[in-house]
Amino acid sequence: MATKTNLQAVRDTLMEIMERDPSVVVMGEDVGPRGGVFRATQGLYEKFGPERVIDTPLAELSIVAVGLGMALNGYRPICEIQFADFIFPAFNQIVNEVARYRYRSNGAWTVPMIIRAPYGGGVSGGLYHSQSVEAFFTHVPGLYVLAPSTPKDIVGLLRSAAQAPDPVLFFEHKRLYGLVKGEVPDEYYEIPIGEGDIKRAGDDITVVSYGMTLHEAIKAADKLAETDGIQAEVIDLRTLFPPDLDLIYESVRKTGKVLIVHEDNLTGGWGAEIAARIAEDMFEWLDAPVMRLAGPDVPAVPYAPPFEKWFLPLADKIEAKMRELAEY
Amino acid sequence: MSVQEKVMTRPSDRLNEEQLLQMYYYMVLSRKLDERMWILNRQGKAPFHISGIGHEAIQVAQGFAMRKGHDWLFPHYRDIATCLILGVTPRQMLLALLGKEGDVFSRGRQMPEHFSYKPSKIVTVSSPVMTQAPQAVGVALASQLQGKDEVVVVGFGEGATSEGDFHEALNWAGIYHPPIVFVCQNNQYAISVHVKKQMPVENVADRAAAYNIRGVIVDGNDLLACYDVMVEAVERARRGEGPTLVEAKTYRPVPHSTADDDRSYRSREEVEQWKKRDPILLYEKYLMERGLLDEEKKAEVLKQVMQEVDDAVDFALHQPYPPVESAAEGVFGDFHLVKWPKAFKRNA
Repeated sequence: MATKTNLQAVRDTLMEIMERDPSVVVMGEDVGPRGGVFRATQGLYEKFGPERVIDTPLAELSIVAVGLGMALNGYRPICEIQFADFIFPAFNQIVNEVARYRYRSNGAWTVPMIIRAPYGGGVSGGLYHSQSVEAFFTHVPGLYVLAPSTPKDIVGLLRSAAQAPDPVLFFEHKRLYGLVKGEVPDEYYEIPIGEGDIKRAGDDITVVSYGMTLHEAIKAADKLAETDGIQAEVIDLRTLFPPDLDLIYESVRKTGKVLIVHEDNLTGGWGAEIAARIAEDMFEWLDAPVMRLAGPDVPAVPYAPPFEKWFLPLADKIEAKMRELAEY
Repeated sequence: MSVQEKVMTRPSDRLNEEQLLQMYYYMVLSRKLDERMWILNRQGKAPFHISGIGHEAIQVAQGFAMRKGHDWLFPHYRDIATCLILGVTPRQMLLALLGKEGDVFSRGRQMPEHFSYKPSKIVTVSSPVMTQAPQAVGVALASQLQGKDEVVVVGFGEGATSEGDFHEALNWAGIYHPPIVFVCQNNQYAISVHVKKQMPVENVADRAAAYNIRGVIVDGNDLLACYDVMVEAVERARRGEGPTLVEAKTYRPVPHSTADDDRSYRSREEVEQWKKRDPILLYEKYLMERGLLDEEKKAEVLKQVMQEVDDAVDFALHQPYPPVESAAEGVFGDFHLVKWPKAFKRNA
């Protein structure tokens, strides 16, 4: 079993996918000889050349749209948006085109493609290199939205995404690229889209998260167990759409208490949908209101270090919220 | 590379009489079908229609310049004539107009004239204008990379050239030179906004120079001139000689759509002036001068066209709507690596 960082997991899996499937092309800004600004595509250009690792003009709209066109004509593009913050010029193409091709043509035209985007704060990226943009896309029928946070999950889900008959948004938390290391099984495996994962078992409260806050929640849970003896079950959504409500509900039946944590701001965040579903479907099982802890409702993560710390739902804040829920 | 190149050869000289009359047939068929769609709307039978009237010359020209079922079309939403030539039937047009079962474009999901017909490589079109242009570049790039000899034709109006998608598409096309032809049907109005308020240059084709691709302006109401330009553009693309931006100058003698009233933004005199340059009138004059058409032959064509139109209308009006349940289907395709959580109930 190899130990890899999240970044290595992305890079190695892209390499593997391109080796296995000659229809896969990687395209985006600086993905060629530079290997991507985060080095996620390092080595691909040398191995597969400029026809399969395409350095594009600095134009997100057409990175996605040209990718869509290639998907119609024999290719399976993996488009990289350099920072999720810059995905908005492509928003119309993703929402009105990529997501709707199958439905609007009654299945005649389909778009098997992946759009990768590093997201999230904690890297002193300020307003425009820190955003969490997933909730804009979980809202749109026709897109699978993934946000794995460990090397093993990245490998398994990227392998699945690369076989999907429909478009996949693949969000990678950039703070976790080098921070998280984990074991990746040597034998080939895939992780189905739509399957969550219990990252820490517990009986007292349920915590649902993804991305950087998932790791913070695990830290907080370990601490809380030590100090207060409260055992939190921490669920990693991994796939945001479709969300694994089966796994969440099973946990809620056990704990009766649930906290949803994400870095994206609170209002209209993906946690709102999860909370609404739990409230509708699991009302009789709940011993406390569904709670949420999320980024504040300001326009993205402000730059100055104390600001960033204020914004991010890190372990200490999650621990306090978990305690509040447990004591309810 | 010059912005406006003079067309030196005349591919239209190679068209035989049968082809010339076929082109005429499609012009008339498209026009009469279109007029009937307006009527069906005014009768309350069709919720909406967006028209290709007045644009038939460039549409027929591009249809005949393409290899049917081999080349790709990302249509302009007015491209009724082109779609008919490439294989969409009048019945299919009418089913789409009415949103009936059997609508091959979208099975009743999209508004009329949102063409899509995979057997003819007509790619599904949406309403936000110009989104199709960079997609068309992607298809053309894929053809280029795979060494195929397909050409991609992408249509749009002049208003849409204000969108960023247009400029990004031309930029890519200029860098990679894939086999693509951009065809602008410049009818001078984006709904109500005149082209003078749309762009600071005189011609859409002028913009080609900025992207180092070939730009050509043609009289969009002159079928054979359009055909010559389109054949040259398509075949150049096929030979790997790069993209062309064709600007066909034309006019829309009818409102933007059935929901528009053009009396609020232009004079009747202007419209009447342009009706004298109706592409069908011009082409009839040409055919008559060449002795290929007379009043009798004209009446014969019209009769045949009206039979097709009547048949299509009659057929479509009597078809059922798709079952309501079908509206919830087909958001995602089957995939063995997705596990739909049982508790996640899609609201559909």
